[in-house]
Amino acid sequence: MKPVANLSPEPRVVGKRARRIEDPSLLRGQGRYVDDVPAEHALEVAFVRSPLAHALITRVDLTAARAHPGVAAVYTAADLAPILTHPRMPFGFPTDALPRNTTPWVLAIDEVAHVGEPIVMVVADTRAIAEDAAGLVEIDYESLPVVSDPRTALQPDSPRVRRELSSNVLQHYHVNYGDVNAAFASAPRVFTEHFWQHRGLASSIECRGLFARPDPATNVLTVWSSTQMSHELFRILSEALALDENTLRVIAPEVGGGFGGKFMAYCDEVATVAAAMLLGRPVKWVEDRREHFVGTIHERDQFWALEAAVDAEGHLLGVRGRMVHDHGAYTPQATNVAYNSASSVTGPYMVPHYDLEVFVVHTNMTPVAPVRGAGYPQAAFAMERMMDRIAQGLGLDRAEVRLRNLVPTAKMPYTKPLKNRAGAPVTLDSGDYAACQDIALKAIDRAGFAARQAAALAQGRYIGLGLAHCVKPTGRGPYETAVVRVQPSGRVSIYTGALAMGQGLKTTLAIVCAEQLGVDLDSIDVMAGDTSLNALGMGGFASRQTIMAGSAVHVASLEVREKALKVASHLLEAAAEDLELRDGRVQIAGVPGKGIKLAEIARKLRGSPGYSMPGGVSPGLEADSMYQADIQCYANACHACEVEVDIHTGETRILRYIAVQDSGRLVNPATAEGQVHGGIVHGIGNTLFEWMRFDEEGQPLTTTFADYLLTTATELPMIEVIFHESPSPLNPLGVKGIGEAATLPVAPALVSAIEDALGPFGVKVNDATLSPVSVLSLLRGAAQAAAQA
Amino acid sequence: MYEFSYVKPASLDEAAQLLANHDDAKPLSGGMTLIPTLKQRLAQPSHLIDIAALTELRGIEVTAGQLIIGAATRHIEVATSMTVRTALPALAALASTIGDPQVRNRGTLGGSVANNDPNADYPAAVLALGATVHTQRRAIAADDFFQGVFTTAIEEGELITRIAFPLPTRAAYAKFPHPASGFAMTGVFVAETGGRVRVAVTGAGPGVFRWREAEAALADRFAAESIEALVVDPSGLNADIHAPAEYRANLMKVLASRALRAILNSSEGAVA
Ligand SMILES: Cc1cc2nc3c(=O)[nH]c(=O)nc-3n(C[C@H](O)[C@H](O)[C@H](O)COP(=O)(O)OP(=O)(O)OC[C@H]3O[C@@H](n4cnc5c(N)ncnc54)[C@H](O)[C@@H]3O)c2cc1C
Repeated sequence: MKPVANLSPEPRVVGKRARRIEDPSLLRGQGRYVDDVPAEHALEVAFVRSPLAHALITRVDLTAARAHPGVAAVYTAADLAPILTHPRMPFGFPTDALPRNTTPWVLAIDEVAHVGEPIVMVVADTRAIAEDAAGLVEIDYESLPVVSDPRTALQPDSPRVRRELSSNVLQHYHVNYGDVNAAFASAPRVFTEHFWQHRGLASSIECRGLFARPDPATNVLTVWSSTQMSHELFRILSEALALDENTLRVIAPEVGGGFGGKFMAYCDEVATVAAAMLLGRPVKWVEDRREHFVGTIHERDQFWALEAAVDAEGHLLGVRGRMVHDHGAYTPQATNVAYNSASSVTGPYMVPHYDLEVFVVHTNMTPVAPVRGAGYPQAAFAMERMMDRIAQGLGLDRAEVRLRNLVPTAKMPYTKPLKNRAGAPVTLDSGDYAACQDIALKAIDRAGFAARQAAALAQGRYIGLGLAHCVKPTGRGPYETAVVRVQPSGRVSIYTGALAMGQGLKTTLAIVCAEQLGVDLDSIDVMAGDTSLNALGMGGFASRQTIMAGSAVHVASLEVREKALKVASHLLEAAAEDLELRDGRVQIAGVPGKGIKLAEIARKLRGSPGYSMPGGVSPGLEADSMYQADIQCYANACHACEVEVDIHTGETRILRYIAVQDSGRLVNPATAEGQVHGGIVHGIGNTLFEWMRFDEEGQPLTTTFADYLLTTATELPMIEVIFHESPSPLNPLGVKGIGEAATLPVAPALVSAIEDALGPFGVKVNDATLSPVSVLSLLRGAAQAAAQA
Repeated sequence: MYEFSYVKPASLDEAAQLLANHDDAKPLSGGMTLIPTLKQRLAQPSHLIDIAALTELRGIEVTAGQLIIGAATRHIEVATSMTVRTALPALAALASTIGDPQVRNRGTLGGSVANNDPNADYPAAVLALGATVHTQRRAIAADDFFQGVFTTAIEEGELITRIAFPLPTRAAYAKFPHPASGFAMTGVFVAETGGRVRVAVTGAGPGVFRWREAEAALADRFAAESIEALVVDPSGLNADIHAPAEYRANLMKVLASRALRAILNSSEGAVA
């Protein structure tokens, strides 16, 4: 493989604010989401889902449902069995480390292990009829003991989450390096804390949905799915339903947000496709919000016990602890959330010795898989709370303790003795964490804060300042694909296995391409997530697409450019060095108008029978690339904020929020800012509002947005985003991921600020989600403690 | 939703007749409560009688020391009416805190009071001000009107036509909104009318109620400190996933004090 040319140091298009090419159609209401795909004569699906968290199914009677007018079919697991290769879902991202009997059932057979698990599928003329008929399905259950807390679930005498399990502990391991116990034995100071963290749901505006249309004319089954991963869904459907790859096509239409919830193939999706195959008719299932709350993955609770050993100046000597991760009832897709947490605790800091014991534990609740941040936010929270505790304990400034431990730029690339999933070392490749902190503190006027706080206090108002760092590995491999093709019409097509779900991916890829080809953004069409256009692809997750798909498009665009130059040089009889690509043409540099259109070259490169290709190049003005990388680039951020806490109601109001983000080179500052805004709003939700609650019987308590609270515009301060650009040496564009790196520092920064505001009462905050009610009970607890002392 | 017939009568009489003729007919005003109820299939009316445009149910006027508001008056109209803002600013302020702009643009006074949601705002004003609820058949005093969660003195086929609010000397409403809907997690309306203090609490209990201890304490001394000295027993108060009863008990005091401070700090003696 020849080395890839890096982006020029002074790009023409990259780095300029650009309007999103996606928006004209979206703003005109012309965006086509899965439920908008024309679906004449399609049948619609409703599922009967388990109302109990753990039960045996003792009787199912479908008679009344099947007899209901307008019902085409009512299926149980037994009815689907003939066309399924296995009654359970195939593994998402297969790994040898997990047992086969851990994935969900396509439809439950005789036992259900969480509320919302699909049991019976009704296919009818409309969704309303399907729902009516679903109401006529009779099922008898025999309740089984429910496990709704992972801390009790891991006790040996706990009831089992599923009868087939011999233990609820799916995984138990240590992530460690060095000799942590020795470090603690000789440490001058040790701090110990317990943390609870909750992360909740993905809550995309568009719920999931799938439309399967068999086409007898082509014998191809086309599936539109609101997914983050068309190619993986393709793999799972062909595996689960024994579909020959040439008879299946998966398309992701417009996707109304993913945030992790759509980074998975689900049982209801496989069942819907199975129904289309059995009936030979188009079948559609569009998830409603109530189903989304129980049927789409969560990323719920982690319970941490963490210790930090430091010297008298606050230098970290070692970190150790134990973490219990609620994994839910099944494993639809690997167990990376807990591993991400465990392998990222030390974050931007130098920690010589480390050991975390991890328990991944089943519970009778909705399965857990990555939501934006994927385990990293919890680790950042635990570590940043520890840094505050160390500062308090040693009487040092919070910022100073961090400065003493942050990895300095001079030591980069800085390799930690840890490995990521691909077995690649954890290496902080670039960045200036101390500079980011400095910028954040100046922006929030840290110097003037003491005076502001004192003035507020004099009026009976409690304000606090918070600070937190994070690093986030971005650009998960192993590869992403792109084809760049200049069409004879002059339009440029980009086909990629990456997936657009609202972030502005298409604009980003178009910018990278336009940089090399000298064409307008408006002349570029990006087709993402259609398995018939790219044989391979990974999709959208882990803040990877600008790095992976961006680099793939860069590589392919460079190749197309070379080819265009070579052909033009031949046709114009000019040296390639004297030519430039501009305004859709290849022209002699500095002589506008004199040259040849890319469209013309594309036409010539289609070839004429019997004539050789001009310039001796290969046919087609196009190139195909698969950009590969196992090593991830580390984005970093430092957030600072000011909050006011109402000590009478427990409410927190965010007064100012500063985000200093380093995501390397920015392709489009406008969409980068949008990603930061979204990431922060998600983090605010995780800190103050979002809490997917269950009772002891495993019944979900928050299944509407009146009960599961999202952050809305009225709670938001102006978010001030400052970019610090340290280009990554690891990819030709110098880019790093953004979307998640903005979420990680939010909970620790806000909680740090809340604790600071409540400083006069000696309140310690170790938990998030933090509701007004919990703030008041912390205040009451502190008052009682003070009264006793 | 189940199927139903939609009817738009031309007069109050016709509306009343339609309701009398069809046992399972229901009046439809702003629809902000009724339509979601239908969508969730929690109700199955045969007919919806749309009363939102009836002239007999509209209008805002002050006569004989009373502010009279038609039942079909939308929240936004109450919030922005110069008549209300001058005569009873606390009521205009209350209306401006209901839900969100969409809800305020359609939801109505009559619908809210007839529905008597335990977290609704208007019932607190109606009760604290000692207002009179008029129907096509009779006049009902606020103290007799509210009868617990979603229950009122309204009978089958009876329509609220207007509500008459006596003008207070001073009044204010303070509320802690539900973070998603805006409904009152707890709301306290304090009013002094004709030398008598009334305090009504919504959101905290099973239906709006008068807080007699607060009324007595304020009759003694009209100051926030009188409230702060009270002890609220949380037993019997509402508890849900957002807030336990103790939290609401605390809110009653916090909000009543805030309403008082607003009254005492404001030159007009108005709003919180
Ligand atoms: C998102 C959201 C947020 C909200 N937030 C708040 C809030 O913060 N505070 C608050 O107080 N309310 C809130 N509401 C409720 C809102 O104020 C409703 O508008 C009100 O409760 C009902 O008024 P309506 O005109 O929409 O009545 P409808 O929905 O039309 O009717 C409600 C009920 O009253 C009956 N009815 C209507 N008019 C009459 C009449 N004249 N006589 C007899 N019966 C009648 C109907 O038959 C029905 O049973 C919210 C609602 C929503 C959807």
